[in-house]
Amino acid sequence: MATQTMSPSKAAIIANPVANPLGYQTFAIGSFRFERDQYFAHIHYPGNQHIMPVDAFLRALMRDVGWGFFYGTVNFDHVFGTLNHYGTVEMFIGMFNDAFRKAHRDFVENFDSPDLRKVFEAMLDDWTNEGFDPYAAPDETGLAYGRKHGSNTKALKRQRMVATRMVGLPGDLGYRTDIDGYPVNRQFTDVPQDLPEIHAAPGFEGQVHAFNMFAYVSRSDVTWNPSVVSCVHDSQFCATTEEHALPIMHGNDRVEWFIQATDEIIWDVDDKNTGAPRAKVTMKAGDVAAMPADIRHKGYSPKRSMLIVWENNDAALPRMYSRGELKPHPVEF
Amino acid sequence: MGGYHTVFGSLDHYEKGGVQVIDADPKHYCFSNCFEVASKSKPYEKVAVGKNLKYVIEAIRAEGDSPWYSNAHDEAVLVMDGEIEVHLLQPDEPLVPEGKEGSVQLDAEPKGTKMGWVKARRGHMTLLPKGAAYQFRSAKPGVMLQQTILGDFTIQRWNEICQTQG
Repeated sequence: MATQTMSPSKAAIIANPVANPLGYQTFAIGSFRFERDQYFAHIHYPGNQHIMPVDAFLRALMRDVGWGFFYGTVNFDHVFGTLNHYGTVEMFIGMFNDAFRKAHRDFVENFDSPDLRKVFEAMLDDWTNEGFDPYAAPDETGLAYGRKHGSNTKALKRQRMVATRMVGLPGDLGYRTDIDGYPVNRQFTDVPQDLPEIHAAPGFEGQVHAFNMFAYVSRSDVTWNPSVVSCVHDSQFCATTEEHALPIMHGNDRVEWFIQATDEIIWDVDDKNTGAPRAKVTMKAGDVAAMPADIRHKGYSPKRSMLIVWENNDAALPRMYSRGELKPHPVEF
Repeated sequence: MGGYHTVFGSLDHYEKGGVQVIDADPKHYCFSNCFEVASKSKPYEKVAVGKNLKYVIEAIRAEGDSPWYSNAHDEAVLVMDGEIEVHLLQPDEPLVPEGKEGSVQLDAEPKGTKMGWVKARRGHMTLLPKGAAYQFRSAKPGVMLQQTILGDFTIQRWNEICQTQG
């Protein structure tokens, strides 16, 4: 495998201020160079290049930027992606593709996370045209194609929502309301918006607490973008609305769990390292399933659905799993 | 409006998906359904349907009055079906030692100050704050998911609740 490790001083960050004839800038970091045309993103690396449809590339790039490279591996497709080491990040070609590895066509380069993030953010902003929202379902947004026209910076700057104890507690993450720009999504208009009855005795206001989590989720303006709604130490309930297809294949660096709250998602589950198919998991309302630490997964949600992604946020876990100190599946029985 | 129908599950009606194995052990996915688990549980059995090292998600059938519980850390319950009251009490003295993990079932209602109560329906999430005592009351059968830590009262019967064959 070809590997280059770049120190921050050597990780040259280049954004060509001279746009190409279609109006898009070219970006480069280390040995990678990124160009786009009207339909495609072109990823150049030593000795070769990779190509992706630009809408798929931007949707994956949005998650990688929005999640700070997320837990583990963000596979943009079967070839290109990033692997988070929490402080540094590897950008790779074919590192998790068996055929690429066997043919010695894989390539990986290591960067300080802030350096790569800077390039990704600039590329996402320059390459996203007016009317295209990479966080939205395809039915809710315009097209990514064509010559450069305008921008959509506001849509790209959404902050990931993270409650420290529970949504709605004093000083914690607030509710989503019409006034704040979070109307009920078009596919969740039948989700009850009623409030729990809270009868707090004097002096216990703010301690006796409940909220309508399903209503909160029904007002999410993004897809495939979990937000933390409740915590028990490192146990995080990350609620999200899913519609169409997860724009990445997420490679786990720990066990995560899914609780299907409504509707249905079908998951393709592959081996994390080789990409070989392992299982297809169909989840309906009320189903609960684990995603082991040694797989990658991609979900398909025919109708907008509610999913609770349950994460263990313990920072020590990736190392423990990679060393084999923990089994990749969560329970022995 | 819109023509979309959101599908929820309930004790009375749920459909279960499953794991179609290609090259895997279905047990590794611990696939279950909280309504099915609750349909086979006694009232207020705390049956683990998710376990991530020391953290668990318990599926609980709510029916009648539960025992009183307390804790040494925050917990949360999400109602998946039914209408469930959560009664909270601030005990006169700590009921659970600092550092104790999981829900702790009490022998009786403890002495203390009533904090108030919540009536929660499907989709409503209620905080069970650290150090409080709490009791669930449900006139009809309902289902809750409790976000907590593995404790003395967590029941693990994975072989009975999970898909074991591809």
